[in-house]
Amino acid sequence: MNAKKWDKVATAVLTGIAGLIVLLLACLLGYILVRGLPHVTWQFLTKPAQTFTKGGGIGVQLFNSFYLLILAMVISIPLSIGAGIYLAEYAPKNWVTNVVRTAIEVLSSLPSVVVGLFGFLVFVIQFKLGFSILAGALVLTVFNLPLLTRNVEDALKSIHFTQREAGLALGLSRYETVKHVVIPEALPNIITGMILGAGRVFGEAAALIYTAGQSAPSLDFTNWNPMYIASPLNPMRPAETLAVHIWKINSEGIMPDATAVSAGASAVLIIAVLLFNWLARVIGKRVYRKMTAA
Amino acid sequence: MDPIKASLLKKSRAAKSETRGKLISLVCISLIVFIVLAIFYFVASRGLATFFKDKVSIGRFLTQSTWNPSLKDSHGHPEVGALPMIMGSFGVTFLAALLATPFAIGAGIFMTEISPKRGEKLLQPVMELLVGIPSVVYGFIGLSVIVPAVRHLFGGSGFGILAGTCVLFVMILPTVTSMTVDALKSVPRHYREASLALGATRWQTTWKVVLKAATPGILTGVVFGMARAFGEALAVQMVIGNAALLPHNLITPASTLTSVLTMGMGNTVMGSLANNALWSLALLLLLMSLLFNLLVRLIGRKGAMNR
Amino acid sequence: MADYDLTQTHIIHLDEPKHEIALSTEKLNVYYGENRAMHDASLQFERYRITALIGASGSGKSTYLRSLNRMNDNIANSRVTGKIMYRDLNINSDEIDVYKMREHIGMVFQRPNPFAKSIYDNITFALKRHGQKDKKYLDEVVETSLKQAALWDQVKDSLGKSALALSGGQQQRLCIARAIAMKPDILLLDEPASALDPISTNTVEETLIRLKEEFTIVIVTHNMQQAARISDYTAFFHSGRALEFDETRKLFTRPKIKAAEDYVSGHFG
Repeated sequence: MNAKKWDKVATAVLTGIAGLIVLLLACLLGYILVRGLPHVTWQFLTKPAQTFTKGGGIGVQLFNSFYLLILAMVISIPLSIGAGIYLAEYAPKNWVTNVVRTAIEVLSSLPSVVVGLFGFLVFVIQFKLGFSILAGALVLTVFNLPLLTRNVEDALKSIHFTQREAGLALGLSRYETVKHVVIPEALPNIITGMILGAGRVFGEAAALIYTAGQSAPSLDFTNWNPMYIASPLNPMRPAETLAVHIWKINSEGIMPDATAVSAGASAVLIIAVLLFNWLARVIGKRVYRKMTAA
Repeated sequence: MDPIKASLLKKSRAAKSETRGKLISLVCISLIVFIVLAIFYFVASRGLATFFKDKVSIGRFLTQSTWNPSLKDSHGHPEVGALPMIMGSFGVTFLAALLATPFAIGAGIFMTEISPKRGEKLLQPVMELLVGIPSVVYGFIGLSVIVPAVRHLFGGSGFGILAGTCVLFVMILPTVTSMTVDALKSVPRHYREASLALGATRWQTTWKVVLKAATPGILTGVVFGMARAFGEALAVQMVIGNAALLPHNLITPASTLTSVLTMGMGNTVMGSLANNALWSLALLLLLMSLLFNLLVRLIGRKGAMNR
Repeated sequence: MADYDLTQTHIIHLDEPKHEIALSTEKLNVYYGENRAMHDASLQFERYRITALIGASGSGKSTYLRSLNRMNDNIANSRVTGKIMYRDLNINSDEIDVYKMREHIGMVFQRPNPFAKSIYDNITFALKRHGQKDKKYLDEVVETSLKQAALWDQVKDSLGKSALALSGGQQQRLCIARAIAMKPDILLLDEPASALDPISTNTVEETLIRLKEEFTIVIVTHNMQQAARISDYTAFFHSGRALEFDETRKLFTRPKIKAAEDYVSGHFG
């Protein structure tokens, strides 16, 4: 009888723990959304930030976050696909490959602040890019590459070997077969991984503080010439992102309504992350359905 | 000559595409490896300058407890004792892992043994969302909820190791949990069946058989969680108080390697001792990350041997 | 399984010009690492005939077949020695462009492996990659190859449909159509019917018999009735060796080698 009683108690305790965790997330989300959403107005989303007075927005930061994300993904997607193809298709089973895999693992577990400092040293100072979107995008690429590469490798490996044999037997090269047969089939998984990676990049701040910078000069949204200094597209301008902004106003604390702005910005950031999560699922599923049906 | 025969002896379009494709993918992977090497080279070359250029002894760096790199003490030694930050980093890391592990194991058992259905439908997405929340948002919540709560409950400013631990606990919980779930799931079903068939209850089976078999995997998860906690910068920096002092209790301001790095890097001049000392902290962070990696490997190897 | 004398073989030699030889091997050896999976196999394949490779599983028949268009190249640590003669060239040589060679020596695999593309694209994909852009020609090839593979009537109205929506038997015939759309000289088939139901198997067999008017066919099968029904020549493999090669009729009625006799009469396998 005693053992049975224990079994019941344990079940109750474990269920309690699970419930507590769910509650924790609900509280986190609830807190951010309840405190933040009332501030999220069209004004808030589009107006530039204020340093010393109330009522600043996050328009420039929001734009910077998306621009930086797009640039970073444009650089890291092709690189990670290339590297993933190498690991899944060509890497011989020997010590060199082991070293390569270890290197990627190490890179993926490096603290993002270390990656950021590396970017500061190399991109900002050595390459003389200064605090700029480009330096930020490069460092986010470094930060993102190992996970994306592993994702591509796993996605390619999940496609059965017979598909490659089919291509080879038709006189196609392994590379052609991978590019035109295997990658399209692995696309749902690849896309899901890419979007999740994008969500990670979107919320990253530590790597950007010393690369993309902590200032957001006001932008002239009427001039889209990338060479113009105040152009939104100029990749050489410093660009504080939304995540960096939240950190900055909380650690400097000059802004009178810092808490309200942070709450609003956090809500926007969380909604963006939720959106990325949801998109990753939906798009992955849709691409898969499109490929297998019709 | 037979045209087919001739074509067999020429390099075909497909062969050229293969050569090109192999080369492209090799360049991509080499770039990643090159970046890793570059990170090590640059961080090490800066970080070692403190010891070789500025002649600070490594022993003093690791054991002294005054951090004031722009000043010199009465003996003319620069005050670069990193012990407060090292203690701070290890403190929050161990405490967060200590707190997160039972929760992670509990949630893991719930997800695999008690209610796999609700686990997959509810807890799985919950974990994914917890991972997805950006660290600055955790920092902000820590700053606006946990710090006041600590202040209210224990007095003081509220900033300190306790607040940092609470924030990191939530941040590493999903990491440890998802790896615990993987470890529990990989325990063969017949282990459970054999135990249940002998009349053991579900709890006895889980506690004595399943958990035991899954220990290496769970340990790996804990180490991964610790690696994440050790390297986390902004969320901790926002709640720890940023005082480079040896922590005497959990509720006075302290600092970690990462917090000092994020605060200080912008305020020092490249090449100065104060700056080099910060790079030494970064190097320490890098080495710790390597150590965690090594630990994961060792556990994995030991686990494989015990199978 | 009894121990057989592996030195005793019966391999007939086909003399030219009476028999036109499309493909032959001389002392072909296959190694996987240290393991020698094929010992000195020397066989000839006559043009426009079906040659069946039979033997128990593990006898090396698939290994042999896969080395004919050098599909074994892709297996790590594998090594093939000896000659594979095709159009007076030893194609088991570094000078040969394997990709071009495989356009002429096609292969169909044990498990249907259509691409996750439309039926039409499955057939035209490789042709397009090889530079064929003429839409009219491609349409024509799709129709003739599907007709040859006895699939046209079932799919002619749904060429845009995903190949994965077809049944297993239909998928395999699509793979045959895909292979013959390349207009190869030689078609290698690795147990093409083993994953199929009896009715589909029957259709595939009828397809093959029709195809030999245009192609030289080498087929691996573990189904002796199938070998007897469709092939002109049969090679019997055992323990990584080709022990007997003869006209199918002779090999099945009066096998010369003890192992072949036991296998054909159903004593092992």
